Amino acid sequence: MASIKIQKLVKTFGTVQAVAGIDLDMPDGEFVALLGPSGCGKTTTLRMIAGLEVPDSGVISIGDQDITMSQPRDRDVAMVFQDYALYPHMTIGENIGYPLKVRGVNKAEIIRRVTDVANQLQIGHLLERRPAQLSGGQQQRTALARAVVHRARVFLFDEPLSNLDAKLRLEARAFLKYLQREVGVTGVYVTHDQSEAMALADRIVVMSAGKIMQVGTPLEIYRQPANQFVAAFIGSPPMNLLAAVSDEAARTLSIAGHTFPMRENFAQASKASVIGVRPEHLTIHTQPVENGLVGKVYVTQPLGGETLILVHVGENLISVRVFGDDPPELPEQVWLVPELSRMHYFGEDGERIS
Amino acid sequence: MQRGMLSRPVGLLFLAPAIVFIAVFLVYPFFSIFQMSFTNTTLVGVNAVNPQFVGFDNYVALFNADQWMRRGEMGFSLLLTAQFVIGSGLIGQAVLGLFIAVLLHNRRGFTRELVFTLAIAAWIIPDVVVAFAWFAYLAPDGTLNNLLNTLGIAGPDWLFKHPMISIIFFNTWRGAAFSMLLFSSALSSIPPSQLETADVLGASGWQKFRDILLPQLTPYILTDLLLITLWTFNTFTPFLLTGGGPSYQTDVISIFTYRIGLRFFEFGKGSAAAMVVMIINLAIASIYLLVSRSRKVRA
Repeated sequence: MASIKIQKLVKTFGTVQAVAGIDLDMPDGEFVALLGPSGCGKTTTLRMIAGLEVPDSGVISIGDQDITMSQPRDRDVAMVFQDYALYPHMTIGENIGYPLKVRGVNKAEIIRRVTDVANQLQIGHLLERRPAQLSGGQQQRTALARAVVHRARVFLFDEPLSNLDAKLRLEARAFLKYLQREVGVTGVYVTHDQSEAMALADRIVVMSAGKIMQVGTPLEIYRQPANQFVAAFIGSPPMNLLAAVSDEAARTLSIAGHTFPMRENFAQASKASVIGVRPEHLTIHTQPVENGLVGKVYVTQPLGGETLILVHVGENLISVRVFGDDPPELPEQVWLVPELSRMHYFGEDGERIS
Repeated sequence: MQRGMLSRPVGLLFLAPAIVFIAVFLVYPFFSIFQMSFTNTTLVGVNAVNPQFVGFDNYVALFNADQWMRRGEMGFSLLLTAQFVIGSGLIGQAVLGLFIAVLLHNRRGFTRELVFTLAIAAWIIPDVVVAFAWFAYLAPDGTLNNLLNTLGIAGPDWLFKHPMISIIFFNTWRGAAFSMLLFSSALSSIPPSQLETADVLGASGWQKFRDILLPQLTPYILTDLLLITLWTFNTFTPFLLTGGGPSYQTDVISIFTYRIGLRFFEFGKGSAAAMVVMIINLAIASIYLLVSRSRKVRA
C-alpha cells in the first residue's frame, strides 16, 4: 500500500487539453473515485497514474517515489479495465496467475496464490475454463483476481462495472466495497456513475473539462457542492437551480418570478444569482401556503418507494421527490416550499457562497 | 430442401457461363494435360501429329534416380524450390511481415504510413516493372553496388555470383506486404487493453509477444503460411531476373516446368511435370488444412 500525490498534472491531445493542471493528495489506504461526464479527463488521469500515458507536465508520486516518467511495470500498480482485458486463449487460472508468471514466481507458488485469490472471489471452481465460457460477473471477478494476486501498492479501476447489467452491477459494487474494506487498498476508481462513486469511495473527485471541480467525502459533495457544476451533476434527479434576484431594502428574494421574504440567510442569499434546492428538500402543498412557489403539475412519476413530481414554476421545471409508496393525489395547482436551511447559493461565477 | 429464389432451370441458366468457363479453361486442360502426360506429344515433328502412348515413361524420366539430383533435373529443382520457399516465403515474407506488423502495431503517424505505403507499392507494381528495377538494382554497376562503393565495398555481380540469395531477397521484398497487412488487421482485432494490462502487470516486450499476441495470431499465421507457400511455390517472376540460371542455380519448379514443357516443347514430359507440381500443391494445402482443422477441434 502507498499514498499517491499528483501535482500540477497536464496532458494535451492535439489541441484538446484533457487534463488541465490538477492536484490531488491521497493518503495510504484511501479509495478515491474520479467522477465526471465523459471527456472530463478522469480516464486520462488514471492512465497517467498507470503509466499508459505520459503527462506533458506535472509530477505523480507513489509512496515517496516520483514515478512520473517510469515504465508502467516499474510502478507496482494493478489495473482493471472496463472490458476486463482477459486473455481469451488462457484459462481463468492462467489469466489470474499471469502477473506472477511474468515476475518469475515459481509454479507451485503461483498455483497456491491463484487458488487462494480465486476462492476468495468465489471463482475457484472455474480455473480450468476459458473467459468466453464465463458470465460477465465472473469475468469481472477474474479481472479483479488478476489485479489482486500480485499485491500491488495501488489499484486502478477504469469503469470496471459499466459492462455489467443493472442487477449484477449492484452485486459487484457491494462486493468491491467489501473487498476494499477487507484488503484496505489504496485505489483510484474512475466512473461516470455517481451512485457508484458515492457508494464506494472514501473521497470523490468531481472533474469537468480537465479540471477538478471539487474534492470531498460523498456526503460533503452532496451537502455542500462547491459550484453549480457539482450541484447539477450529483444527485438523481439533480438539484433544481433557479435564478434569483435579491432586494436589499425589503429583504426579499425573487425566485422564478415569486418574491418571498428572507429573514434568515439573507446576508448570504443576497449575493447569489442562482439558488439551488434538491428535489428531496422541497415539500409540496395543495393549498396556498406562506413562502410557497406556485406552480402547475407537469407529470407525476411513481417509482415505487418514492414519487417524482415535475412542476412548472414560471419558466422553470422543478423536480420534487416525495417519499412513501403512496403517490399523492395532486390538483393542477400546487405550492412548493423549499427548506430554507438546505438551500444552496451560487454567485455569478457559479461558485458556492457560504 | 429449401426453395431458392429462382426456379431450377433459371438458376442453372445463371450458373451456365461460369460452368462453361471453368470447364473450358480449367477442367478440360486438366484432363488433357493428365492424358498428355502419358504420351510423347511434342510441338513439331512426327509426335506432334501422331503422339504415342508411352505409359509412365515421362514420370519415370522425371524421377530417374541416376539423374534426379543433377543440375536441371527435377530433384535439383525441388531442392532449389524448397530453399526459395523457406527463404523468401516462410522466413522472408511471413517473418518480416509479422515483424513489421508487430512493430507498427498501435502506432500512428508518418513512419507507419511510410512503411505501409512502400510495402504495398512493392506488392502491387507489375512484375515486369519490378523485375526490371531489380535487374538495374542488382547489376554489376547497379544501384546496390554503387551504394556499396560509397562505403568502400566492391560489390559482386549479384545475379551471377549469388543468384539464389538475390531472388530470395527479391521475393521477400516483393511479397512481405501481404503478410504485413494480414497480421496488422489480425492485431487490430486484439483489444488494446490486453497489452496495456500486460504493461501494467509487468510483462516485457518479448513476454507480451509470446504470451498474448502470438497465441491469438496462430490461426492467421497458418492461413498466411498456406497462401504464401503456394504462391511462392508457383511464382514465375524470378525467371524475369535470372531465367533460371546461371547454370540452373535458380531453376525453381515453376521455371523447370516451363523449361521442359514450353521451351523444349516436350509437351508430354512437361505435362507430367505439371501433374507432379499440382500434386505437391495439393499435398501442401491438405497439410495446412489438416493442421488448422485439428486446432479448431482442440479449441
